[in-house]
Formats: sequence, C-alpha cells, structure tokens
Amino acid sequence: MSIDETTAPVTGHGPWDADLHGWFGGEGAWGGRFMPEALVAALDELTVAWEQAMADPTFTDEFGASLREYAGLPSPLYHATRLSERVGCRVLLKREDLAHTGAHKIRNVLGQALLTKRMGKKRVIAETGAGQHGVASATAAAYYGLDCTVYMGAVDTRRQALNVARMRLLGAEVIPVETGSATLKDAINEAMRDWVANVDHTAYLFGTAAGPHPFPSMVRDFARGIGDEARAQCLEQYGALPDAVAACVGGGSNAIGLFAAFLDDADVAIYGFEAGGEGVDTPRHAAPIHAGESGVLHGARTYLMQDEDGQTIESHSISAGLDYPGVGPQHAWISASGRGQYLPVTDAEAMDALALLARTEGIIPAIESAHAVAGALKVAEELAAEKGPEATILVNLSGRGDKDMGTVMEYFGLGQEQGQDQGQDQGQEQESK
Amino acid sequence: MSTTATAYEQARAEGRAALVGYLPAGFPDHEGSIEAMKVMVDAGCDVIEIGLPYTDPVMDGPTVQAAAQQALEGGTRTADVLRTVEAVAATGVPTLVMTYWNPVERYGVEKFAASLGDAGGAGLITPDLTPDFAPEWIAAADAHDLDKVFLVSPSSTDERITMTTAACRGFVYATAVMGVTGARTTTSGLAGPLVERTKTLSAQPGLPVGVGLGVSTGAQAADVARFADGVIVGSAFVRTLLDAGSDRAAGLSALRTLTEDLARGVREV
Repeated sequence: MSIDETTAPVTGHGPWDADLHGWFGGEGAWGGRFMPEALVAALDELTVAWEQAMADPTFTDEFGASLREYAGLPSPLYHATRLSERVGCRVLLKREDLAHTGAHKIRNVLGQALLTKRMGKKRVIAETGAGQHGVASATAAAYYGLDCTVYMGAVDTRRQALNVARMRLLGAEVIPVETGSATLKDAINEAMRDWVANVDHTAYLFGTAAGPHPFPSMVRDFARGIGDEARAQCLEQYGALPDAVAACVGGGSNAIGLFAAFLDDADVAIYGFEAGGEGVDTPRHAAPIHAGESGVLHGARTYLMQDEDGQTIESHSISAGLDYPGVGPQHAWISASGRGQYLPVTDAEAMDALALLARTEGIIPAIESAHAVAGALKVAEELAAEKGPEATILVNLSGRGDKDMGTVMEYFGLGQEQGQDQGQDQGQEQESK
Repeated sequence: MSTTATAYEQARAEGRAALVGYLPAGFPDHEGSIEAMKVMVDAGCDVIEIGLPYTDPVMDGPTVQAAAQQALEGGTRTADVLRTVEAVAATGVPTLVMTYWNPVERYGVEKFAASLGDAGGAGLITPDLTPDFAPEWIAAADAHDLDKVFLVSPSSTDERITMTTAACRGFVYATAVMGVTGARTTTSGLAGPLVERTKTLSAQPGLPVGVGLGVSTGAQAADVARFADGVIVGSAFVRTLLDAGSDRAAGLSALRTLTEDLARGVREV
C-alpha cells in the first residue's frame, strides 16, 4: 500500500467495530443510540449515506484528494531524535500539527462536509469547546460552500475570542450558549436542539468519535487516515511496526483515528492518555475511563463523570480540547476488553512535556497533544529498559500549540520580563498603565 | 393494569380528551412542586407527569431547562423525585415520571422500577430511550406493572411507529412539532397527520395517543383535543410559575387559572 493511498477511508465490521445498532463489544455493552425518536430517522439516513459513501470510490477519492491537496496530508512521521536520546528509545511523532488549521480535526470535518454535500443538505451545525472543531467546521463549510452555525459555551467564547473571530471570518455564525455550565457539553446539547428542529436540511458535524451511532464509527473512519498513514510510514521507514502507539483522549477522535489501524496488531501496545487535571484523586479532572463509571451521555453508553444520581459532573482540564466529561464508546470497549490502557496525565505533567518538546525538538504542541507526549515519555522509559534503544513508540502529535499560547504564557509566566523581581514587575505594570 | 389508560378511557367516555400536566420535581422547590401539582390535579389535570431534573436535557427548550436547573441547584435528588411521586400519586391521579435515561440507569433499572411502583407511580416517559434500546426497562416495567410511554415523531417511519406503539403501555406520546419543548403561539400542522398515522399504524388499536409540545391556552387545547386522546402541557405550567417568581400564592393562583382554562379546552370537542 503506498502512502498516497492510505488516506482513503475504510469502514469495518470486525470485533473492534460496532454492530448494526452501534454496539461495541456486544449488544448492550458500549455505544448504541440513546436518542430522541425525532432524530432516529436522521441518524438512520446518515448511517446509510455514510456506509454507501465509504463503499463508493467517487466519495473516497474526492475525500482523499481534499486531504492531499487542501489539508496538506499525509502528515510526516518524524523521528524525534533529541527526545529519543533523552528517553533511551525511538520516539516517532505523527505530525498532525502540520495539517491545515493546525490539527487532525480537518480530516473529520472534510469527510462530514463532503457527506453533507452528497446528501443534498445545505447547512451544517457544530459544537465546539475551545473553538478548534468550530474553526475546522467553518473551514470545511467555506471549502464546500455550506452555511455553518457553531454553538459554543459562553464561558468558552469569552476565553477563546480569537477562535470566535476566526470562525466569523470564515463565514460561520457563532452562537454563545448560556445554559447549564455554558461549556462544551452544553454546546452539544444546544446543537442537538437545533438539529431536532432543522433536521430536514441540516447536518450535524459532530466533533469527536462520541455520541449516538453512527458518529463514533463515522468520525473514526474519517480520522483513521492518521493510523493508516502512520502504520505504513513506520513500516516503510523502519521496517517494523512500533512497540506501542499513544494518543491523548478527550472525546477521542485523534486517538481512535490512530488506534484503529493497530487494533489487530496484537504486539502493538495501545496507550490513551486522559486529562488528569489537578489529579484523579481530586474532583478536578477529565479522566472518565480511568476514574469515571459506565453510564449514558449524549446518546451513547460509555464511561463518564457523574454523581451518585447520574447527573453529569463538570470536567476540568487545562486543555479545553480534553475538557469533556464523557469519552467515545469505542475507547470504553478497548479499555474494558483490556486491549488498550488508558492513563491520566495531569495538567502539570502535560505542561512540562509541552515545554520539553518545544526546547528539544522545536515543536510547540497543542496542550492536548502534550498530554500524549507526557504519557508516552513515561512508557518510552519503560520500553527502553525492557527492550533497549531499538524499541519504538509512535505518538500522535494531534495539533499545534499556537491556539494555546495565552494559557502557556500565563502558566509559565512568559509574558513578563525575566530576571526582575516581582516589585519591579509590578512597578513597570503600573507605569505602563 | 394501567391507571393511566383508565384515565384516558374515562375522558373518552365523557366525550373529551384527557389533560396531561407536566412539572419538574423540585421546582420551584420540593414542597412548592408538590403543592403546584396538587393544584393542577384539583383544577382538572387527569394525568400528571413529574420531570426528573437532569443536567443535559437535550429535548427541552429554555423554559423547562431553566426550571430543571433551578431544581438541581436547589439540591433535588432522585430520591426527592420519588417522594414527589408518592405525594402526588396519593391524590389518586395517575402519576408518571418523565426522565432522561442516565439517572434511571445510575439508580439501577430494576431498583428504579421497584421504587417507582412502591411510591405509587404509574410508569415512565422516556424522551431519549426508544424501545429498540430499552429491553432492560421493558422487562423491569413489565415485572412491576408499570406504564411504558415511548415517543413518536413526525419523522418516525411507519415501521417505527408500529414498533413503538407495540412497546407502549398507558399511552403513546406524539411529539407534534420537530423541535424542543416550549410554548408556541400556533399548534403545529404536523400534529393531526401524526396522530392519524399513529392510530392507523398502531400495533395496539385502543392505545391512546397524547399530543405534546407547544400547547399553552385553552383554545389550543381545544384544537388538539379534536384529534388527540390527550393534550400534554408542560412549558406553559412552568412558565406560569417562573413568571410569578417568589410570589408563591400568585403563582399557584395563575396555575389554577391556566389549568381550568386548559381543562375547559379539552372539553370543547
């Protein structure tokens, strides 16, 4: 298989895939479709359209072409040599940060927008947390000439004004959501409400591999070029599969896009890194697989953060993209089956990894991706001890860090002059006012 | 034996539609919600639906969302909802719980059915659970002699209407507009055809069809009562209490007036 061909998507019906009703791991286990009857017809229509599209070379060719010619994919697989020296074995980075709009998310939205066009719908809606999926959706809508409305928690529109401006510049309407906690999960609720009312002419571009069937499988299929490319690149460049693959997990689209290609390779260990926030022993984290329990949220049975009554608990992560109280159901299945390990990485560990990658490799990753790097470095040290310098870990660097510079500046205190004491800093600040 | 179906039959025998009233438990507070629902019963509601407040109510518009949020902020727990059921069911009116699925799953499906039955509750309305994903609930409801009210929508296929009505007990809930809950100035033109399709395709010929979403006046209730077996009103009741704010007496008085207006409406057939 040549690398150029690997971006063409495929869907499957193996043991790791969902059955016809969207159940992973057997009926009633994970996923499914816990949704209002009003949306069932639309979800069925989408399921049929997606399955037909995946089997139609006209669709897959056009999707592949948009990824190559517009999004700048496949992304390179890069041997991070200085980082590798540091941990004692080979660390490979799948450079999704180099894709158009700065993250893997462009794959999913180009796929879903093309499918929308194929279904004859003219309008797309999307939810967004920090704004990355919103920006990607607005981009794909502009590319395909679709109307676009993005729902974003009011708390997030204030925190991420730059991304709001980007979406508006790209022609999207951005609606701040004031209900509930006014964050990502409430933006999803509001987008679903819009969809119920406008389902005849509107498609919902869901931002992650979660939600009701077919979204977990469909989003995975559109994102799985990450893993298909990386697997082929690793074989071509190093003549062998990696010993382990690693990705950060929020809703889990970049992770499932990577893992999907390696699930059947029993010798490749799979690691997902959730947002440990201020620590999984505190209530302030976003690690539902590691520290949550099974339940139903946004249409799927999965692991989620909930209280004793099944009310959703607010998640916390320094990374807005991982700040979600649920997780895609295929990850729940991969974890429950024992095929993959899902471990928490704290805010502090992620920020240290971000700084380390910047200084050793000249790459500023998204804070989301820094969680993957932080977790992978721990695994790499174990691998090196066990298998020596030829051991290989492949990490998905899912996005670039430009969007996070505000958080990074604040966290490391980079905005101020260095080498002055606090009194002088304050004095300067007062003067400048 | 479904007391809900009996209430529908009684209304039908009187040549009218049943009036089904909804309020969330814990809104405006625990005692206040019980008091309000007793007023609704007293002023003419034939069936009561008690909403279980939930953090992520995707089918609800701003009015019901605001009430649910107030109830949650006031500390309403699942056990409080069951206590509310007990108090309202004691009036003798069939009392259902309307709930999103996760709180039931978390409580334990079998245990929830048992507790609901013990509280005198008639059954559940499940807006985000369709019969094809409900085997556990269907088994528990049947074991505890509870109503299972599933929803049909204008977008439902013929096959799904038949499948859904086959699984219902008590009545089938027809969501008559494509959209979330909330009062609307005109009732949807989709309602009549949906009720007709539901009756034609129903797997249970006598199963009553209740129509929900948007009714807020007696005149609208009368419109719907011409073709439906039941008129379901929620947001308008919630709105009335929200508008009254902290003046509880005024709220209950307005609630009584609205219920009486709606009760007259369902009789103008």
